Order: sequence, then structure tokens, then C-alpha cells
Amino acid sequence: MELSLTVNGKARTDDVEPRLLLVHYLRDVARLTGTNIGCDTSSCGACTVHMDGEAVKSCTVLAVQADGHEITTIEGLASDGTMHPMQEAFRQNHALQCGYCTPGMVMAATSFLKENPHPTEAEVREGLEGNLCRCTGYHNIVKAILAAAQS
Amino acid sequence: MTTTEAPPEERVFGQRLLRKEDPELLTGEARFVADVDVHGALYIALVRSTLAHARIVSIDVGPALEVPGVTAVFTGADLEQEWAGPLPCAWPVTEDMKAPTHLPLAVGKVCYTGDAVAVVVAESEYQARDGAEAVVVEYEPLPPVVDLGDAVSDRVVIHEDLGTNKSYTWELSPDAEAVDRAFAEATHRVHGHYIQQRLIPAAMEPRGVVVIPQPFGGEYTVISATQIPHILKVMLALTSGISETSIRVIAPAVGGGFGSKLDVYAEELLSLVLARRLKRPIRWIETRSEGTQATIQGRGQIQDIELAADADGRITAIRVKLLADMGAYLQLVTPGVPLLGAFLYAGVYDVPAYSFSCTSVFTNLTPTDAYRGAGRPEATYAIERAIDQLALEVGVDPAEIRRRNYIKPDQFPYNSVAGLVYDSGNYVGSLEKALDLSGYGELRKEQERRREQNDPVQLGIGLSTYMEMCGLAPSRVLASLRYVAGGWEAATVRLLPTGKVQVVTGTSPHGQGHETSWSQIAADRLGVSPDDVEVLHGDTAVSPYGLDSYGSRSLAVGGVAVAIATDRVIEKARQIAAHQLEAAEEDLEFTAGTFRVKGSPEKSMPLGAVAFEAFTAHNLPDGMEPNLEASSHFDPPNFTFPFGTHVCVVEIDTETGGVRLRGYTAVDDCGNQVNPLIVEGQVHGGVVQGVAQALFEEASYDSQGNLLTSTLVDYLVPAASEFPSLTTGTTVTPSPTNLLGVKGVGEAGTIGAAPAVINAVCDALSPYGIHDIDMPATPERVWTAIQEAAR
Repeated sequence: MELSLTVNGKARTDDVEPRLLLVHYLRDVARLTGTNIGCDTSSCGACTVHMDGEAVKSCTVLAVQADGHEITTIEGLASDGTMHPMQEAFRQNHALQCGYCTPGMVMAATSFLKENPHPTEAEVREGLEGNLCRCTGYHNIVKAILAAAQS
Repeated sequence: MTTTEAPPEERVFGQRLLRKEDPELLTGEARFVADVDVHGALYIALVRSTLAHARIVSIDVGPALEVPGVTAVFTGADLEQEWAGPLPCAWPVTEDMKAPTHLPLAVGKVCYTGDAVAVVVAESEYQARDGAEAVVVEYEPLPPVVDLGDAVSDRVVIHEDLGTNKSYTWELSPDAEAVDRAFAEATHRVHGHYIQQRLIPAAMEPRGVVVIPQPFGGEYTVISATQIPHILKVMLALTSGISETSIRVIAPAVGGGFGSKLDVYAEELLSLVLARRLKRPIRWIETRSEGTQATIQGRGQIQDIELAADADGRITAIRVKLLADMGAYLQLVTPGVPLLGAFLYAGVYDVPAYSFSCTSVFTNLTPTDAYRGAGRPEATYAIERAIDQLALEVGVDPAEIRRRNYIKPDQFPYNSVAGLVYDSGNYVGSLEKALDLSGYGELRKEQERRREQNDPVQLGIGLSTYMEMCGLAPSRVLASLRYVAGGWEAATVRLLPTGKVQVVTGTSPHGQGHETSWSQIAADRLGVSPDDVEVLHGDTAVSPYGLDSYGSRSLAVGGVAVAIATDRVIEKARQIAAHQLEAAEEDLEFTAGTFRVKGSPEKSMPLGAVAFEAFTAHNLPDGMEPNLEASSHFDPPNFTFPFGTHVCVVEIDTETGGVRLRGYTAVDDCGNQVNPLIVEGQVHGGVVQGVAQALFEEASYDSQGNLLTSTLVDYLVPAASEFPSLTTGTTVTPSPTNLLGVKGVGEAGTIGAAPAVINAVCDALSPYGIHDIDMPATPERVWTAIQEAAR
């Protein structure tokens, strides 16, 4: 099937299998491998990207469902060689260790702050429920998101 | 060359430097194994057993070969001739240990659900999976052995050629009579029976491997999501018959391991031999629901611990019996895991008599192996739970029973009853700091109030003081434990012509931040900026020597090797500087990256200038070789013994059984800290993983050996919403056994956490007469315990 969409600001058209997942399209067709895959049940959130500015788990979306939409991946977040404030907040607060969940976490966190720009700690923790991290114990991730909200 | 003119008090060592690793990980630039794009690669998918125990009657690969894109299918029988040896177990813990032959693809019978029986090769990942679905396997079911008691009985023997399900019995009993005597004379005796449930490590990155062959050049490049590129290289050579000189192993960015990537796996070996056979690159990426069964699991022990104590509650003897679940086969260090705990069941206490015995058995379940802490969390759980039971028996506060039994600060170095020499410690100091930080006194008062008011939400406060043996390991000690390799670590430090520094390490980080910490170690000694240091790792072509990362060994062994190699570079640089400054070596002082002649500070030479002189070699002392480079192969003289005290506060809704973690205080002592930011991160993550065992996680199987928690929907890896912010504190008791005074911190949090949480749960439930509960303490389990106690 023909698929036309915008990825990180660039228009693309590709011929894809109807069953192709958006995450596989981004990784294997568009060759944007920053979006990671951590499970096969839409549980871990490692593959979180933005579709029209809202966080989605790209393993839960078929590539063809993104037809006509705008997708932003972790590669599209930094601009002009400067990291997005959320990426910078993660770095400043040591909110990543192995870094595998990180792209999904950052994408989920930016979308969350758009919905709730001044969250409490409890709201941040609830808001992150769909994203799993095995290294950080979430402590510094929560700290980073609260810091990003402050700035 | 940049030289940081830092006064000594602003040493790079010990600073909270932001990590060098982060920018590429934060922006998606980092390359994990699944991100490696190899032109012309074939994809493989495995056909896995759906039964725990069965004979393979037939395998029909025909339908798979008709799937578009499938190029070949191999069964275990097809590949039997490819193996020069079975999958390796590097730790035959006793001379008579029974070990089944473990091939990458099962031949004849399957021994656990997930045991691979065939491999499908295709042009794409989707096609490979379609092909695997199409393979038809006919099984003759055999009765599965799921229960450890059942395994011991040998009612059904899994590996017929071994004649028994018992792999080994290992004992450590320095003076059995003294133990018997102490129990006979004891005023108090307590017995704890604890179940260490199986856990799924669930590193966020599943496993994966890409093998790129050079059919004419003869080299195989193996890119694997592994913690152990060096060990893997040797093992791949031994199992495939390919020369070690023809295998290069690269660990790219690796998304966590926690022990689960400290192994040599069937898929790594399969990919290598298929690349050899098909002369094409081979690629395999694990799916999560595949990994829950095909990647090793942790824990899996039944523990019986008995304490004998005098009238004051001073422990006079400890007796431990373990039954350990090896799973269906022995993986790389499976049999050794209980031994890593065997020395620690006396914990932080001054115990005069001790005996330990472990019997390990095969079951029809996924093999177990090292998982964060490996043996030490289990041991700590048992002693820290049992001492709380002793506090109840004696009628004193859990803090008080610990104070009475701690090894005292002036007893170090301490010769433990199990035969170890603890390097340094201050357990009572750690306890008092943790009690203070957590507001222990106030918490007890609040608990009292809630109890008096019959509050439906009860408060529980749990303590644990842990100690662990880290820095694996002195090679001679490993020899005495029959581990087949050594425990040293290698490092090379070189100065480049421009004065930049290259550190090559044999450790293999997968989240721990070695690039940052090793830069700090080298920069601190060289007096340069850490930004001028690059750290190379994870590639056997770059760092030929190494024993990789596990067992909280990287800093205490590998980091120390970096320091030693750095000092050797400085010594050579001193000779060059002395020669060029026309001064005696002993007249030179080296501060802030510059050699100066004592008394004539104008006569000086920065390290960068020395590096350039060493490179041009125009004017070196007679007989000296060019360049500034030195190596160290550091074999530690002893383990290191980090310790700490954790205080967990839970609220239990007695009407629903729900346990809410209200607060958690961790005071950890890992000796000197290279980077406190990284130390805190390790503690946070470790604690949460320990709490996860206590409250949430369990690899559950049904009576037929089917894994009921095979996805992240069913296996509860906890999310942020389950936790409060953690309170961390540290004490610093340097290790006297290495020149950095460091101990290691990777496993500490996990080791301390599970007993603190369950002690808190039991503390909350104590008024109901409930003094023990199995992990994980789920709402259902807690609610049921309350209902049963009320009857």
C-alpha cells in the first residue's frame, strides 16, 4: 500500500505491507533507529513517538494508519545542533543509564508536559505509567521532567 | 592539550560529572545491535518448544520452506555436526557435578518451554517469523518436573543419561560440631523458610546478535547485545571450532543486562555457524515474549535458615540449607550462583559458628543464572529476614537486635566464619545514619498511633543492613571455587601525540557510565581534563584482554587497572621530563598535569609536551622506547565488601491488602566514590529492582511448566507510579585493598531492598500475628494472610 506522511518535517512516500507496524517503518524503511523496541505487547513505551504532536506507541500503530499524519521521532527533537530542553534536563539530572528506554521516555515526557505544563511529582509519575525503565528507578527521570517543567 | 590547573581539593575524582555517554543516547545516535544495518543479511527466527518436557517425534519443515522469503530451515539434527562443543558452563562447582549436554538446538527431546528445536532463515524478519510459525513439530509429551521437591525425588528424571535430577551438593561447614553445640546451648532459636521466586531480568533492550562473515578473508565479526564480549569470543571459538583469531566480538551500545547478558546463548552460536555455513551475514533480534523464556531467569531457591542465639539475642550459630533451581540446563555460571551467596549468610554479624549446604536440581523450566546480585540478594534476604524474627523472639526492636550483633568497626579487617576477610566496614554507623535520615523514631510513634486507632491503613517499617562481596574476583579464590577463568581486569593507557589520552578497558559497560568514570580516574591522576580522555571498550579487536562487566567488578578491578596503568604512564613521562629538564627524577614534582623541578618552578614541562616528545622520539633517554603507553592486568588481592542500611516504610490497606511504598531511605557505603551522581543512579535503580522482587515480580509457571508471565502485560515490571522519590545517603569507608579505595555499587541497592520491604510488610502485619509472607507480597497474598489470621 502507498503511504504518504511527514517524518521529522520531511515528506515521504513509500510502498509498504499493510501489516507493517509504524515502528518497523520508522526503523527499517525510514532508517531512523533512535526509536527502540522493548516489547511486543505495547507495554514498555520504548517506541514512543509523536503523531501530530501527541505521544503514541509506534508498535501499536500500523504504518498505514500514519498516512497523512506528521510523525516526530527522537531524531527530530533536537534542532540546529542543540538538544531539546527535555533532552538537556535528562542529561543534567542523570535520568538515563543504558539509554534504551530514553528516546521513548523523552518523547512521552515532552508530550506529557504539553498536556500538563505544571505537574506535581505524583502527576509526573502517573503520566509516565506507560513507559518502563529498568535502570534508573525512575527517580532521576521524574526529577528531570519536573526540572524541565520549571524551565 | 588542555591542562586543568585545578587545586587538589577540586580533584576530578569524586566530582558529579555529567556523563559523556548521554548525548548520543538522548538523541537516537547511539547504535544498539538492532540498529546495525548490514547489507545482504539473512534474518533468523527460532521455532521453540511449546511443551516443557517432550520427545521430538518429527519436525516437518516443508510448509516453512514454502513461505515467501524463507531460504532454509535447520533442525537440531541438521546442525549436530556444526558444534565443536556444547553451550558452555564455566563453573563446575564440584568434581562430580552433573551437567547435561546443552546444544543450541535440541536433539531428540525438549526440556523447557522455549527450548529451540529449529531455526528458520529468511530474507526479512517478518518472513523469518512467518516461516517459524509454519514449521510443524510433533511431540510426545513427558511428565514435566516443575516443583523443586518433585525434582529432588527423581520421580521423573529429565536428563536420562545423568540418572538423577540432582546436579550437585556443595557444602561449607568449617566446624559442624561447633554449630550443633551452639544450637544445643541456645536460648533462642529461629527458623526461616523463604522462597526466592524466579525473576525475569527484563533488561529494556532484548538480546540480539549480528554476525558478519568474510567467506574469503576468514574473519567473523560478531556484534552482540552482551555484557561479556571477551568471554563470548573464547566460548564461540571453543563451541564452533572457528579459531579465536578469526572471531571479533563487538558489544555496541547495550541496553542493560543485570546478568541476563552475562551468558553465552544458543542464538549467538547459531548465528555464527549459520554465517559460516550460508556465507551471508546473519541477524537475530529477540522479541520480548521470546526472551521471557529463552533468556536466563534469576533467583529460584528455597532457603532454610536457622539462627541460634543467647539470652540477649546474640547469634551464636547459623545453619543454612538451600535447594536451588538450575532450570533445564546449566548456562555459563548457573551452578555458581548459590556459591556467591554461600559466604554471606552470616551477613554483617559477628557469628562464631556456621554451616551451609546447597543442593541444586534440574527442572523443566528456563535455565537460571546470575541476576543482579546473583546469590547475594538471596543470602541477604535470608539473614535479614531471620534476624527480624529473632528480634521478635527476643522482644527487642529490629534496630537493637542488629546493634547487638554487628561486627564492630574496630574488628576490621574481619575474618568471617565462612572464611572471607572483610576489608572494612562501619555497620553501626550506617544504621544510625539511616535511622536518622528516615526519621525512625517518629515513624515508630506514628505506627503506634495507627495501631491504637485500629487504622485500616497500617504502617510498616523495615530495616536491612547488607554487606556484599564485590570486585569479582581474586583469581586464586576463583580457582579454589573451581571457576574456570580468572578474575583480573586489564587496562591500557596511552598518550597521543596531541596530548589527548586514550584509555582502553577490558570492562564492558551497558549503562554504568564507564566512559565517564574511567575518564575521571585517568584525568585525576594525569592532571588533564576528563574531556581530553577517551575510553575505548567493548570490542575485542580494540581491547584484546578483558573479563567484562558483572558482579560489581568493573570499578574495583577494572577501574583500579586504569589507575595503575595511568601511574605507569606518569612514571615513564617523569623519566622523559627529567631527561629534558636536565634534572634528577626525584627532583621533579608532578602536579596539575605538569612536571616541575622542585625549587625551580620556572623549569617545567606539561604532560602534553612530554607526550609529543615521546612520540617524536627525537630526544629520549638512551635506550628508552618511544611513546607513552602502559598496561595493567590487575588481579585483586581480595574481594571488596560494600555495605549499607536501608529503611523501608510501607502503608498497608488492610481492607484490600494493597501495599504502598511510602518512603525509602538507602544509606550505602561503596568506599570512595569516583562520581557520586552515578553512584546515586546505581542505588536508585538497584533499590527499585529489589523492591520489584519484594512486591511485584514473579515468573509464574503452571503445573505443566507453561510460563504464565511471558509478556510485559503479565510480568509486572513496575512503573514510576509505584514508587515515591527515594532518599539516599552515603557513608564512606574506603577499601584498604586497592589504591583507589573503591568497592563497587552496581548490585548494592538490589541486595538491600527486598528484605527491607518484606520486613516492613511483616512489621505492619505483626499485630495480626503475621510474621512472614512470600514474595512478591501482592495485594491478594497480603489480603489472604490477613483473612486467614483472623480466622
